[in-house]
Amino acid sequence: MIKDITIGQYFPGDSPVHKLDARFKIVITAIFIIMLFSADNFISLGAALLFFVLSFAVSKLPLKLILKSMRPIVPVIVITSLLNLFFIDGVTVISIWKINITQQGLRTSLFMIIRLIALISGSSLLTYTTSPITLTDAIEQMLKPLEKIKFPAHELAMMMTIALRFIPTLIEETDKIMSAQKARGAELDSGTFIERGKALIPILIPLFVSSFRRAEELALAMECRCYNGGEGRTKLKVLVSGGSDFAALCTAILFWCAVLLLNVYTYL
Amino acid sequence: MMIKTEKLTYTYSQGTPFEKTAVNGVDLEIEEGTLVGIIGHTGSGKSTLIQHFNGLIKPTSGKVFIDGEDIYDKSVNIRDVRFKVGLVFQYPEYQIFEETVFKDIAYGPKNMGLGEDEIKERVMQTAELLGISPELMERSPFELSGGQKRRVAIAGVMAMRPKVLILDEPTAGLDPKGRAMIFGQIRDYHEKSGSTVLVVSHSMEDVADFAQKILVMDHGKKFCYATPPEVFARAEEISAIGLSVPQVTKIFSLLREKGIDIRTDVYTVPFAVKTIKEYLEKEGQLP
Repeated sequence: MIKDITIGQYFPGDSPVHKLDARFKIVITAIFIIMLFSADNFISLGAALLFFVLSFAVSKLPLKLILKSMRPIVPVIVITSLLNLFFIDGVTVISIWKINITQQGLRTSLFMIIRLIALISGSSLLTYTTSPITLTDAIEQMLKPLEKIKFPAHELAMMMTIALRFIPTLIEETDKIMSAQKARGAELDSGTFIERGKALIPILIPLFVSSFRRAEELALAMECRCYNGGEGRTKLKVLVSGGSDFAALCTAILFWCAVLLLNVYTYL
Repeated sequence: MMIKTEKLTYTYSQGTPFEKTAVNGVDLEIEEGTLVGIIGHTGSGKSTLIQHFNGLIKPTSGKVFIDGEDIYDKSVNIRDVRFKVGLVFQYPEYQIFEETVFKDIAYGPKNMGLGEDEIKERVMQTAELLGISPELMERSPFELSGGQKRRVAIAGVMAMRPKVLILDEPTAGLDPKGRAMIFGQIRDYHEKSGSTVLVVSHSMEDVADFAQKILVMDHGKKFCYATPPEVFARAEEISAIGLSVPQVTKIFSLLREKGIDIRTDVYTVPFAVKTIKEYLEKEGQLP
């Protein structure tokens, strides 16, 4: 169950998308998200989707991966679409008891489903094709100008790196503790809400204890290596941007323009 | 037959670049009441294999029978299997969570739905067996030393009195004294309860010392399952798959290489002494 969480998992590869400069990838993902929200009708949304499909095809990731990243947000999608379906006024299509399903409701809810799915898969494409370390490196570089106003860019990036670095470790640890408590007869997936909450105690306490232990050990190890923050620190791998990065950025901007232009169909 | 597997195979992260077959077509039969040592180097599939025995991981293919019952059959309640097969994980002290030592050991028996008196009797008896003194019972387990914590965690599983007890590297990270203590207590438990006990270890020396049968794993496959003399008679093959044989066994192999006609299936020090004496007597070098 816990292994199904794939958000933020890097899927190594050698595609042009993998090779793009991470800073550009972050910007392009942001543009893609803006694109999705600036789309007003199905045609312009289609243009945004086309951009995603193309990037996905170039990335050579297995389709299964995207479907897997979708699993945790299925409840959100279902709830949003149901709310939209039942609570938007307009021309009634079907009427059951007191509930009316309207044409507008159907349209909005379908629109929302597509938008949400595209949003999640688009952003997971970024994390699938970029290793967490590169990603935080890129964020650090992008925040660097803010250091002039005393914004702790390096510290923030370091915290993110550490947090990301420990996600798999903690997942593994949780898995292990869950197995150990299951072996002692813990029932984790049945019972009432309160019983389930109580069943979490044997998992959360050891998890907290070991997280604190790890944090302490890591702090000590960093201090032993004379870590003292970002000042004067150089990088082993310096991010470089080239022609292909700018080409990708231009493509994203072009698609965005296309989306904005296609929005006119809404008002025709 | 207490534990039986048929062509047991398990593949991690199937369908991704991280795919790895940890257990590969293992056929195994372990008789009731045997004290088994499982050895193999890191990544040989030992830990994955044992997690199949109490239904924690579902085999990719193949079957597992405990006490003649296919535990992955739909009609079987997996929780009952877990009470029948107790599993102590590596570094079990990290699963401790209760306020007192007593409560932590009682967690398993409580989950079994036993009565207060029965739980108390079991907890105290197991604590005694593992040398956890009664005055520790009301202390917080987090205040104990590493070795004590380890024994509390092991007691938590033993107190469930499973028909099969499996321990994954129970002595990892302990000093020699702590190691000897835990191995002695495991042996005591085996003698007193008569249950089947499986101990995973990567130290041949430890396993040779106490196991009645040894299962050697190599790259997810069963290399052999036999008695210690049978296993150590194959010392060369064992070394070839990257496992070290006990130091005494090494000495006897070297003696044989030097042209001395002596048996090589020696794996404990007392037996080595006996063998050398016999050899010297035969050669007429002892009065």
